[in-house]
Amino acid sequence: MSIAVPSHHTRGSRGFSLRQSLRRVAEAAVTPLELGDVLDVFHPLRRGREGLQGRIVAVTAETAESATILIKPGRDWAGHVPGQYVRIGVDVDGVRLWRTYSLTHGPRADRCISITVKAIPGGVVSNHLVHAVRVGTMVQLEQAEGEFVLPQPLPHKLLLVTAGSGITPVIGMLRNLFSRRVPPDVDIVLVHVNQCADTAMFRDELRAHGAAGRITLIERYDDVHGVLDVSDLPTLVPDLDERLAYGCGPAGLLDALEAHHAARGLALTTERFRTVLVEPGDGGTVTFADGREIEADGATPILDAAETAGVLMPSGCRMGICMGCVIPLKQGAVRDLRNGAVTVAVPGETDPAGVPIQTCISAAAGACHIDEGARSR
Amino acid sequence: MTAITKKPENPIAHLTPEDVEQLGIELDAIRQDVLDDRGERDAAYIRRVVHVQRRLELASRAVLLGSALPPLWVLGTVGLSVAKILENMEIGHNVMHGQWDWMRDPKIHSTTWEWDNASTAEGWKHAHNEIHHTYTNIVGKDNDLGYGIMRVDEDQRWHPMHLGQPLWNFVNACFFEYGIAAYDLELGRNLRVPKEKRSAEFKANLSKTLRKIRKQATKDYVVNPALAVPFGAFLPTLAANVTANLVRNVWSHSVIMCGHFPEGVETFEKRAIPDNETRGEWYLRQMLGSANISGSKAMHVMTGNLSHQIEHHLFPDLPSNRYAEIAPRVKALFEKYDLNYHSAPLPQQVYSAWHKVVRLSLPNGWLATTTAKNLPTQAKLLWAMTTKGPKVRRAAQARLQQQARKQAQAA
Repeated sequence: MSIAVPSHHTRGSRGFSLRQSLRRVAEAAVTPLELGDVLDVFHPLRRGREGLQGRIVAVTAETAESATILIKPGRDWAGHVPGQYVRIGVDVDGVRLWRTYSLTHGPRADRCISITVKAIPGGVVSNHLVHAVRVGTMVQLEQAEGEFVLPQPLPHKLLLVTAGSGITPVIGMLRNLFSRRVPPDVDIVLVHVNQCADTAMFRDELRAHGAAGRITLIERYDDVHGVLDVSDLPTLVPDLDERLAYGCGPAGLLDALEAHHAARGLALTTERFRTVLVEPGDGGTVTFADGREIEADGATPILDAAETAGVLMPSGCRMGICMGCVIPLKQGAVRDLRNGAVTVAVPGETDPAGVPIQTCISAAAGACHIDEGARSR
Repeated sequence: MTAITKKPENPIAHLTPEDVEQLGIELDAIRQDVLDDRGERDAAYIRRVVHVQRRLELASRAVLLGSALPPLWVLGTVGLSVAKILENMEIGHNVMHGQWDWMRDPKIHSTTWEWDNASTAEGWKHAHNEIHHTYTNIVGKDNDLGYGIMRVDEDQRWHPMHLGQPLWNFVNACFFEYGIAAYDLELGRNLRVPKEKRSAEFKANLSKTLRKIRKQATKDYVVNPALAVPFGAFLPTLAANVTANLVRNVWSHSVIMCGHFPEGVETFEKRAIPDNETRGEWYLRQMLGSANISGSKAMHVMTGNLSHQIEHHLFPDLPSNRYAEIAPRVKALFEKYDLNYHSAPLPQQVYSAWHKVVRLSLPNGWLATTTAKNLPTQAKLLWAMTTKGPKVRRAAQARLQQQARKQAQAA
């Protein structure tokens, strides 16, 4: 049953409906393109764009192997809280790859956001961002996410433990705190661990904070002090038990820190950086969107294996040319049966919608999740 | 052309099965070399083409607002025609082939692209990528052989309807986008089915296509001309859109005819194709069933690199900008295996394709056995074949072929 709406109610929204009509006319004038495709020619950072983008406005070296990338995000950037991270899609050698990086500034007056990237040996995206990316390049963005943020109101005493690039969310917090006109009344101890002084990101900036008395900086270098043993923390930070603790760094350190704090009955908030760890194997369990699971060997196309098991799959030429079977791989690894090339999808690292694969020439290379219904939706 | 297996001199008779498999391996190697090298340069290429095309189309449409002035009409119409050709040929066709899927950019992806054409991307991908590219030039399986309305191979049986095919072909060229849409729907076959028995799939596809056609027509023939009304240019803009679509249709029709119809391109018998055709055998069929157009760089771009039809059919999913680069290596393989690399300039290929359409509009052997002297009797025979039913047609056809064979032996 429909409910009649009195006509005077619609009158107030005439401006709105005029805009709607104009939009419809514009859409009719540019079909089969979407209006957004045309507007992208003029203003890729505009408000209301489907899919947030950003433009790289500066690349500043931090150390020999790290750099800060300053990005002007699209108008729809909803802001972030220091300590949060952003998922970013970068075209590396023509291929769009997604990674997650901590935001290394608090909200800035120029509305730009920044990430600081450490080039990992063999890291495709990190090396590209540190060494190759050019100012002016467009990148894809998602809104900021993450729970690794300071509580409000701030506690009186804080302990921050970071190692290596684990400093990145923390530097965002510190920059935000100390850019305020009235410095916050909080006593901060930062235990910052690095392999050596040369590779320490933000070393001079942190030392300046330390020298100005804004934080107590405890620098630990593996080559000078040896690898940090968390049982030394009470010695380094005598009032450890009074401090609200935050840790960010490699899994080994965080595991030890969590065990240490749990044993003392202390609260601890951690942020773990995941690294892509999909070891391509030979065959594996394929999980479908409808919840079904099948075992597929490393020589059978996923399409064949799925159909044998009764899963309804989109298909086409069955020889890798027509793209009629392309569906997203949400997680896992597949191998191209024609040339052995491995395609990997890692949630939180690769494209949020999954990595499109041709199921007719791809075999499972380990456990994978695929969304066979993606095309019909 | 007669299907390859029925010819007196089979052009692949000299190849052993081992040769064919070796050929497949060598072609796979070419493909792999491109995959290994594929990267930023290619991504930059397609983005630049898309960028240029969008700007050209917008600028042309802007110019057409002032098309009440004849020079602006000419400028805008040329620009719009070129933009539409680029959109269909170098961008749409190739994106929908998945040539750029490796970039993982959802904006330039076979699963999301919709093109400036009456046929829907979905319908076209099925008919073209799946049927035509898989069953290339197999008589009775590849509907691209004459699109179901023409006879372009001796092995397709002659019917009086074919007498009109030069005309159908011309009309099809002018309205090619609608021809493709009808073809993708298999409209002829489906319309022959009684209305209540038509499949739900056909009905759904038909309504999708009609919606697409309505949107396309509204854009070109209503909205854009209407936008020019304040400048007094409704009719000129309408005319410009009609012209641009006509130019695009005739151009793409010509290019596509050149791909498989020129004289000398091989066709294949359905029963001669093994059930499990090997990769090498499939490659070989693509090599013999396609023809290239030679010409300038600009010509290659305007044909969507379908001028490299042979390379495209071998590797339909490689980026189009790479076809010209691998062409010398492909050609060298043709020479190595003593096969005919069919390539000629555009006018020659278009002439050759049209020649075939005209020649095959007549029964096999009719043209060959006709001289100035026997023209009246031949005309009478043709009239009988046209009007007197299938029995007479078959008998006359057999005689014509016999005469033609004798004549050929005597010569």
